[in-house]
Amino acid sequence: MIATLVADVPRRGLVLLLLLLAALVAAPLLVNDYLLTVLILILYFAYAGQAWNIMMGFAGQLSLGHALYVGLGAYTAAALFFHFGLSPWISLPLALAVSGLVGAIMGLLAFRFGVAGVYFAILTIAVAEFARIGFDHWSWVGGSAGLFVPVANYTQNDLWTLRGSPRMFYYVILALTVLALLVCRLLLKSRAGYYWQAIREDEDAARALGVNTFRYKMYAVVLSAAMTSLAGIFFAFYYNNLFPEQVFTIGRSIELILGPIIGGLGTLIGPIVGAFLITGLAEALHEAMLRIGIDVPGAKQVFYGVCLLVVVMALPHGVWPPLRRLLGLDPKTSGKGKA
Amino acid sequence: MPAEIYLNVAVNGLLTGLVYGLMALGLSVIFGVVRVVNFAHGEMMALAMYATVAAFTSLGLDPFLMLVPVAAALFVLGYALQAGVINPFINRPEHSQFMLLVAVAIILVNIQLIVFGPDARSVQTSYSFDSFQIGKLIVDASKVYAAATALLIAGALFAFFRFTILGKAIRACADNYAGALVVGLDVKRLYALTFGIGAACVGAAGVMLSLVIDVTPSLGPAYTLLAFVIVITGGLGSMPGALLGGVLVGLTEALAGLFYTPSAKGMFAFGLLVLVLLFRPQGILGKKLG
Amino acid sequence: MPALLEVDGLSKSFSGLRAVSNLTFSVGQGELAALIGPNGAGKTTCFSMIAGVIRPDAGRVHLDGRRVDGLRADQICRAGVGRTFQVVKPFAGLSVLDNVIVGALNTHRTVAGASRAADEVLDLLGLAAKRGHPAASLTLPERKRLEVARALATGPRLLLLDEVMAGLRPTEIDLMVQVLRDLNARRGITILLIEHVMRAVMALARRVIVMHHGEIIARGTPQEVTRNPAVIESYLGEEAV
Repeated sequence: MIATLVADVPRRGLVLLLLLLAALVAAPLLVNDYLLTVLILILYFAYAGQAWNIMMGFAGQLSLGHALYVGLGAYTAAALFFHFGLSPWISLPLALAVSGLVGAIMGLLAFRFGVAGVYFAILTIAVAEFARIGFDHWSWVGGSAGLFVPVANYTQNDLWTLRGSPRMFYYVILALTVLALLVCRLLLKSRAGYYWQAIREDEDAARALGVNTFRYKMYAVVLSAAMTSLAGIFFAFYYNNLFPEQVFTIGRSIELILGPIIGGLGTLIGPIVGAFLITGLAEALHEAMLRIGIDVPGAKQVFYGVCLLVVVMALPHGVWPPLRRLLGLDPKTSGKGKA
Repeated sequence: MPAEIYLNVAVNGLLTGLVYGLMALGLSVIFGVVRVVNFAHGEMMALAMYATVAAFTSLGLDPFLMLVPVAAALFVLGYALQAGVINPFINRPEHSQFMLLVAVAIILVNIQLIVFGPDARSVQTSYSFDSFQIGKLIVDASKVYAAATALLIAGALFAFFRFTILGKAIRACADNYAGALVVGLDVKRLYALTFGIGAACVGAAGVMLSLVIDVTPSLGPAYTLLAFVIVITGGLGSMPGALLGGVLVGLTEALAGLFYTPSAKGMFAFGLLVLVLLFRPQGILGKKLG
Repeated sequence: MPALLEVDGLSKSFSGLRAVSNLTFSVGQGELAALIGPNGAGKTTCFSMIAGVIRPDAGRVHLDGRRVDGLRADQICRAGVGRTFQVVKPFAGLSVLDNVIVGALNTHRTVAGASRAADEVLDLLGLAAKRGHPAASLTLPERKRLEVARALATGPRLLLLDEVMAGLRPTEIDLMVQVLRDLNARRGITILLIEHVMRAVMALARRVIVMHHGEIIARGTPQEVTRNPAVIESYLGEEAV
């Protein structure tokens, strides 16, 4: 398995990746509290972006409603903790199952009924919106008044109930991000990974080569949904409050997918690079505006939108592919050497 | 509940639905020809509403006077957007175009937030509280005017695409991109015109809608979604479908508000969309997918 | 020669227009046959029905005695039918090797095994030097070869090749002819090809089936059918070969 993980990866890339990991592990000792919260946010988006990337980047199925799965994971774990004091780790399998099931139902209906492309994307938005309004009216989970997870005691880190300091949350999300990267790497090099990419590139051709495209698209949706709901559990216990209006809204879904799209769709490092860029940019803007003394709500977002526009127009494949070339990490394109 | 309440609510829903239909018509025209989903559609409409409100509050201009100037301004915006930003993206994958328009939407929403603030704004005309009474049926005068105008504009648009050379040329682009190129049509210019026309539609719908509802910056994203629901229900790319979808969604919202609770009306609209997608993915009046 | 592929009474109409009507033929185990005919004769429709892309209105298809019509395209591939597309469909974003690995996974349990098999196929088709290149960077003749390589990698008993010679230069055609002949002779793969390039048909096929307006108008050796007046008529009527 380890051989599969590192095969094909240029040595320099491996070294850079390990250096980055070392820096991230050491970061809480070096940075202040504010930067730590920024790093947590970056890793959260890197993890969630990786999860979304399975569906769109690997299998080519555009979901614009992934906030749905974040919300389902968040609400499942938070509600069970709130009502029964259940540890999120115990709720985890249920949260994954709920999200996976909802993803499966949506996939089953969409793929069986031939809903594809733009229509599929809009279906995912519609289901997320449906959930948003539904949760707004579901009093057991607090409805529109919100669900509050009993607040953490910052002096004591309790990994079992996920109550603790930002530093603990930082290491949890770092571990998740690393895990997601490894899982995605293994997936991409597996039968499923090859089949997903084939479906993404040309579904008819994939079928002609013996790929059961329906089944593999379902795998992608269910896996992506389940992985995303894990991000939701983190979200719920990190922020301690959940409002349907904030959790399920389309803005959240878009936030999740900016990273992988800006970073480089379908690549493994893209979601991570994208998360650093997008969140870093947003926070840097925020700081810069504060320094200059502009405190207009919306000003940051306008600039953010402009940056997004420029990146999308200038780098159609995202930042990572050209960056990879710049770092001299491109996979070899010729020669018969068996990798 | 007495029967006339249902009737009242239904008629009001139908009238609002016609304005929705005009808004969605813009989206449908753009998608039908340019094959780009305008993710900034609601934001463009909110822009038109703000322009109307601003003209009314600062200059005292009646919204109906603003109909042509605002539609023209949005035409220019749409034309520029297509010519300057979207045309280079025509052959890019869908998600790429989507990101582009999401960026435009983010910019538009936040400019509105900066300029007008987060509070709701509205137009209070002299006829704001007028109503017509026909038997036991009472309808808001504003809604009647708005719906009638929406129908008139939609009719003009049908005529434009059906009878003018330019309209026919645009339809040719939609039917056969390569063919249109071969016969020497300037496809990119026609695309820009189409986006302009779609934007003008949503602009006019915004002016009319400002008579009926308040405008806030958060209205934009919500109405982008609503426009999707409408055009997919009616059939993406079908002009009569957009009007029909608008009416259906208007009715669904109004009746859901009456029978259940107004805050959940969106759920029914989205429920309608999911049903349509699953059982008639091309929409009620749409052409077969493929 | 026992029949590997049996097509019996296959028919298909598109909005009232008969594309293929009552088509009956068989291809023997280990045979190398060609399906020819003027444009619009229904050849590709016939392939699509055998390959499970289009559901026939009527008729049956048997593969080695097993009924396969009504199966999905991927099931038919797993049953042992490899097919190429007339309009090539490379996985443009993937490398040439990865393109072929997708096909090889059809009969290989592990990616490593599929990768080795894919490399062998690339060698055979003369694409080894391009293995790491993105498929999008290939020239048309290379894409045609990739199309064959992928289909071959699925480990088929029957190869359906849809105009793999079109757009190739004479030397490239001769190369492809050689490759196909080897596959047929050494590996015993049965081949049915749709082909316009008569040079290839004459060199490869021992038996030719001629279609016109959705029906079979002649069958026999290449020499026989090219002398057949009905065949000459059908071509002259359209494009005068």
